[in-house]
Amino acid sequence: MKPILECRELSKKYNNISYALNSLNLTLERGQIVGLLGPNGSGKTTLIKLINGLLIPTGGEVLIDGMAPGVKTKKIVSYLPERTYLDESMKVKDIISYFADFYDDFVTERAYQMLRDLEIRAEVRLRTLSKGTKEKLQLILVMSRDASLYVLDEPIGGVDPAARDYILRTILTNYNEDAAILLSTHLIHDIENILDRVVFIRQGQLALNATVDEIRMEQGKSIDSLFREVFRC
Amino acid sequence: MSWELDNDRPIYLQLMDRIRQDIIASLYRPGEKLPSVRELALIASVNPNTMQKALSELEREGLVYSQRTSGRFITEDEKMLKQLKDELAFEQIRKFFEQMKQLGFQEEETLSLIQKTLKREA
Repeated sequence: MKPILECRELSKKYNNISYALNSLNLTLERGQIVGLLGPNGSGKTTLIKLINGLLIPTGGEVLIDGMAPGVKTKKIVSYLPERTYLDESMKVKDIISYFADFYDDFVTERAYQMLRDLEIRAEVRLRTLSKGTKEKLQLILVMSRDASLYVLDEPIGGVDPAARDYILRTILTNYNEDAAILLSTHLIHDIENILDRVVFIRQGQLALNATVDEIRMEQGKSIDSLFREVFRC
Repeated sequence: MSWELDNDRPIYLQLMDRIRQDIIASLYRPGEKLPSVRELALIASVNPNTMQKALSELEREGLVYSQRTSGRFITEDEKMLKQLKDELAFEQIRKFFEQMKQLGFQEEETLSLIQKTLKREA
């Protein structure tokens, strides 16, 4: 089986001067939950946008299940962008049927179950929801798909600690060994225990790629402390 | 409720400790079936692969055994369970003496303080 994600010498240059990503080599296997960590401006979101075909590489390539980003990869990648893109005038239930129409792998029942758990009413329009609730809804949509690769850009940044726990549980519940989850966040401490592996990037290059327990074994410290040390300002 | 875990030790080792403790505390009886890896991972709020590793290690130690299709069970070897219980007790006691030492108490003093405390409680 091909790796679910493969970056080969992947580079992205903006305005022809600065590299956001610089010859990044990274391979992710299925069945893993991977934390994509790095300081602001290190290239996390650029990498995520390249995976989703929202940016074109300046050099190298990114392959999802052996394919360059396109219609076929969008069928198997479930993407949570850092900002919401949903139509504010739609009702929650309309968004859900919209997603169900759009994606073959969307499980409507799972979406409604999560709505109930988080006490979000299906009848209301999006514009009446708070910012945090909108973020929860967006995550529900993304996690209701049976995708092969989930790419979550800051999934827990804007929600309260209780909802954060729920989201982490949702990620664990939906975890399956044929899929991989790549998530970026600054809230390392909160997610550390659910990760298999962390990938640190710095100035568009790979700074570290190791399992959480390898790091704890070798360094005797948490990922959170290691991050603070490696990226000390 | 997720499990309380430290920051500095590998997670799978801490999961092993916790499960050992739960066995000693009779949360699981000898011969009883353990919840599945997925369930345990959810209960503890940890990565399923890490939980899998913890259980495989416990299996290697002989504390749990797996039956091909029906899951993992706690050992029925009473001798092994008794031994584990003693080991955990020794470990606690060693830690306690170590802490008392840091407070400046020699072993003899600590012992007499223990007796004093017990008398007072009674």
